[in-house]
Amino acid sequence: MQREGDNAAITIEELTKDYGEVRAVDGLTLTIPEAEVFGLLGPNGSGKTTTINCLTGLLKPTSGTVEVEGYDVQTHGREARGVMGVSPQETAVYSYLTGRENVELFGQLYAVPKGKLRGRVDYVIEKVGLVDDAGRRVGRYSGGMKRRVSIAMALVTDPKVVLLDEPTVGMDPQSRRAIWDFVMELKDAGKTILLTTHYMEEAEEICDRVGVIDRGKLIELGTPSSLKAKYGADDLEDVFIRLTGRKIREEA
Amino acid sequence: MNATRISSLVKKEWKKTIREPAVLFMIILFPVMLTVAFGASFGATPGSQQESFTVAVVNLSSGGNWSAEFIHDLSATGVLSVNDYQSNASAQSALSQGQVQAVMVVPAAFDDSVQSYLSHPSEQGDWVNCTLSLYLDRASLIVGQVVPSVVQQVLGSGVLGVEQAAAPSPVELTTPSLVQVKSQSVFDTFVPGLFAFASIFLIMMVAQSFTTDRESGTLRRVATTPTSASEIMTAQVLSYLLIGVVQALLVLGSALALGYRPDNTLSGVALGLVIASVFSVCNVGFGLIAASIARTAGAATGISFLFLLPQMFLGTYVGMALSSSAQNAGRFVPSYYVTDALNSLFTRGAAITSSTVMTDLGVVGVSSLLILLTGIYIFRRLGQS
Repeated sequence: MQREGDNAAITIEELTKDYGEVRAVDGLTLTIPEAEVFGLLGPNGSGKTTTINCLTGLLKPTSGTVEVEGYDVQTHGREARGVMGVSPQETAVYSYLTGRENVELFGQLYAVPKGKLRGRVDYVIEKVGLVDDAGRRVGRYSGGMKRRVSIAMALVTDPKVVLLDEPTVGMDPQSRRAIWDFVMELKDAGKTILLTTHYMEEAEEICDRVGVIDRGKLIELGTPSSLKAKYGADDLEDVFIRLTGRKIREEA
Repeated sequence: MNATRISSLVKKEWKKTIREPAVLFMIILFPVMLTVAFGASFGATPGSQQESFTVAVVNLSSGGNWSAEFIHDLSATGVLSVNDYQSNASAQSALSQGQVQAVMVVPAAFDDSVQSYLSHPSEQGDWVNCTLSLYLDRASLIVGQVVPSVVQQVLGSGVLGVEQAAAPSPVELTTPSLVQVKSQSVFDTFVPGLFAFASIFLIMMVAQSFTTDRESGTLRRVATTPTSASEIMTAQVLSYLLIGVVQALLVLGSALALGYRPDNTLSGVALGLVIASVFSVCNVGFGLIAASIARTAGAATGISFLFLLPQMFLGTYVGMALSSSAQNAGRFVPSYYVTDALNSLFTRGAAITSSTVMTDLGVVGVSSLLILLTGIYIFRRLGQS
């Protein structure tokens, strides 16, 4: 059940997820307070997306617990999913629907009242910069446009918690900047945002705190500035190199 | 269950049906094209290949030797298998449900008629005339060709001893107005099977739909919303049930436009459409099983044919040309019962409450539900990741 007076939006305790003999997430413990933008950084296969999938209830943890807004995802999955907006790593949009129809559909799946839905759809479509193309079928969109639709689908319900898995992969710099601005606007509105990214400048620009994950383990946690100071690094990429001895590879 | 979620998913499926050219063709245009193609190609009566026919005999004669010998001679041909019925009504009921392929009513005056002929073969004025009524299964073109000629031949060469079929005889053989065998075309006999034939391609479309959604990630994405698996499945079943209704109406409409006329009341036709529509639920189940096995949409197409072909060959009009053993095997596929019910309703004019129609409806309903539940179970175990 939801806990009263608890300001943690996301609580992950000793999360472990195994795929056969492969341990994708290894004892991850993390608390993200409300209205924080948190960046989960790590290379391919580090366990970022597995963590997100455990948060959304798509994957059942091997052990450990995950709570969103006080709802245990395993025992109160529907309530937990009801307060989350999720933009997955794959764009996951219906190509035969228009951009607007995709966004509307997800509003309806969250049972957003009809009277409120239209305004929300207009708002998020404008925010992701798709006003001129919203009436076209998504199958004819570029990859970056599909990702913007995907983000609009995640945000149409005005969720308390937003999970963005590599939200700006494949976007041009201008679109990426627009998404960053939108994320900051959400933060100002009190939303909690967990995002995964390969773009270190993105993490530095918009994240209040970042966690560095490698081989399923959380190996560092802090604000971008504190981590840079701690490791005497110029940027987060440098922090990652000093922590792991290698660079974060581009995933897109 | 949330009605808003379900209706939004149903609308989404319908938009896909209308907007995706391949889906639109297979689900909506294919049934129409199939019906029109058959109507244009098969307007004539075919030849006979069936070896034996079951005939219900209602013997109203006084129980004399001639009627008994005549009935015995019919059985002795090996072409007709004779079953005795006590009344014309019970025999007609069996005919309308496909349990027998013809009904023959031996009149009360039959023995006297034969005796009068044998006593005065060349004095027609002394003959006692009577009429031997023959009712034939309208669902079979072959019956209309074979049974009357066999009966005429046995009557002439047997008890009457007439060598030429056209020779004068006191016993007249009639096929009453109920039977209009000559107006039956191949198309008329194929139409009931077309309903099942058109619907079974839903298997492929459902399998492709789920595998495509799985590949694109949309299936998983919907699972991150408060939408439950039950709501997703309910929406899918409702979508394809509606598509099944549309398909059935399209096949019927196309057939009507080509001159086909089902031999039943409006309620009988409506029940036929309901049975054809319920069958679409079965195909959703098979589609889910195919989607569970297949890893890609392309593979789903191939695997769908494992479920599609048996239903096509054993349970639709295609099965009419198969061997008797293959036709018996058809009893293990749901489409057989759809076609059988529609044959009874549309071709034989069976009552909607007749046991055959009710049995067929029950088998289609129960088997469809079981196959759907099996499909949902397997898909949830194997098909979602």
